[in-house]
Amino acid sequence: MSTTNPHNAGPPLWLLAELTYRCPLQCPYCSNPLDFAQTQQELTTEEWVSVLRQGRTMGAAQLGFSGGEPLVRQDLAELIAEARHLGYYTNLITSGLGLTEAKVDAFAEAGLDHIQVSFQASDPELNNAVAGSRKAFDQKLALARAVKEAGYPMVLNFVIHRHNIHQMNDIMDLCERLGADYVELATCQYYGWAFENREGLMPSKAQLVKAEQEVNRYRERLQQSGSAMKLIFVTPDYYEERPKACMNGWGNLFLTVAPDGTALPCHSARLLPIDFPNVRDMDLQNIWYDSPGFNHYRGDTWMPEPCRSCDEKEKDFGGCRCQAYLLTGKADNADPVCSKSSYHDRILAARKAADHATAGLTELVYRNADNSRLFFRG
Amino acid sequence: MNEVPRFRRGFRFQWEPAQESYVLLYPEGMVKLNGSAGAILNQVDGQRTVADIVASLEQQFPDAGPLGKDVSEFLQDARHQHWIELS
Repeated sequence: MSTTNPHNAGPPLWLLAELTYRCPLQCPYCSNPLDFAQTQQELTTEEWVSVLRQGRTMGAAQLGFSGGEPLVRQDLAELIAEARHLGYYTNLITSGLGLTEAKVDAFAEAGLDHIQVSFQASDPELNNAVAGSRKAFDQKLALARAVKEAGYPMVLNFVIHRHNIHQMNDIMDLCERLGADYVELATCQYYGWAFENREGLMPSKAQLVKAEQEVNRYRERLQQSGSAMKLIFVTPDYYEERPKACMNGWGNLFLTVAPDGTALPCHSARLLPIDFPNVRDMDLQNIWYDSPGFNHYRGDTWMPEPCRSCDEKEKDFGGCRCQAYLLTGKADNADPVCSKSSYHDRILAARKAADHATAGLTELVYRNADNSRLFFRG
Repeated sequence: MNEVPRFRRGFRFQWEPAQESYVLLYPEGMVKLNGSAGAILNQVDGQRTVADIVASLEQQFPDAGPLGKDVSEFLQDARHQHWIELS
């Protein structure tokens, strides 16, 4: 196998296997594409095994099984076993719905290293309203306990938005009671369904500042008590003045394979007007090192101003291409989160809107197949 | 020195040929270890005490001189990072 690797890219150390877009939940901030219901023909077990082998040979060490809800794949245990056998550190990223104690044990036997259970809130009413499911919360609690009992490290993930950001202390208390090792408090980023619902999800600056103080106080308390529970608070880009180094650089570390085999530099990139290769047509090595899609934003010769002459371009790579595309219509532009961007006023307008937003949970567009069809029918 | 270090639940230590180094893997994260960190953690098997590990490393690297202080400090730091437990 020969590659040209024009940008001298390093290996994809992280592989995200989005096994399916099917999901029993309907979270209005889902990062799946709006037109996910158009995607047919998931990769077969054999095709996924081939992707895993190729990725591992190239140096991938961290593997995420996500979706959609990966538990709907009947071959999940088989894929876990193969991945573990290859030497991956295997992460299952799940809503917990459809996870039984028997499966928790079977996955452990197959060599699964870690299960991350996502919650929508710290109380059943709000949780189930956001998830669009009446039984979600109780199942999640039971599962979180079963995960812990089976000897996995417990990682709980909460997506934070304006309707649950007032619950930070309750959320952290719940996590401590459950004995979590890691807690991800991830404020919504606005891609996919979350971009569509941004006005109804984005917290105000005041809400965010308060939440951050609460997390910091809780962290101090954990440290004083010698607790190993680690809090990871992800703040939204929209309140920054400089963009994030998105994915540590385009095609630099992360490789996502979507349910239909489309290979992407991140799980949102599908929305970009770029032709991305498919693992059914090309081997992973060529996809990563040689394909036009993966080389599109490597290096910095593609950058227009203000990035081109910016002395921070090697630090943040101009930010996020998806955010540039969604907010300016052109993916080459500087991420408008940057105060140097001529489109930064759009970020400021979104912040202002968040100070005055009144939309309730019922006014959000929920992520389900019916709503998805509206997006590709146009 | 009589304490036994072991990796915390969910942490896995392994050699990665693509990175030509030992790494420590944990939920959604990876630390690439430098040579001496890799050599020390490679001795952690849940059986050997800190003293055993020091002795083994001194034998492995005879030119390095006494290693007790460096190894202890590194393991304390690793515990502080919650990579290992010492008991």
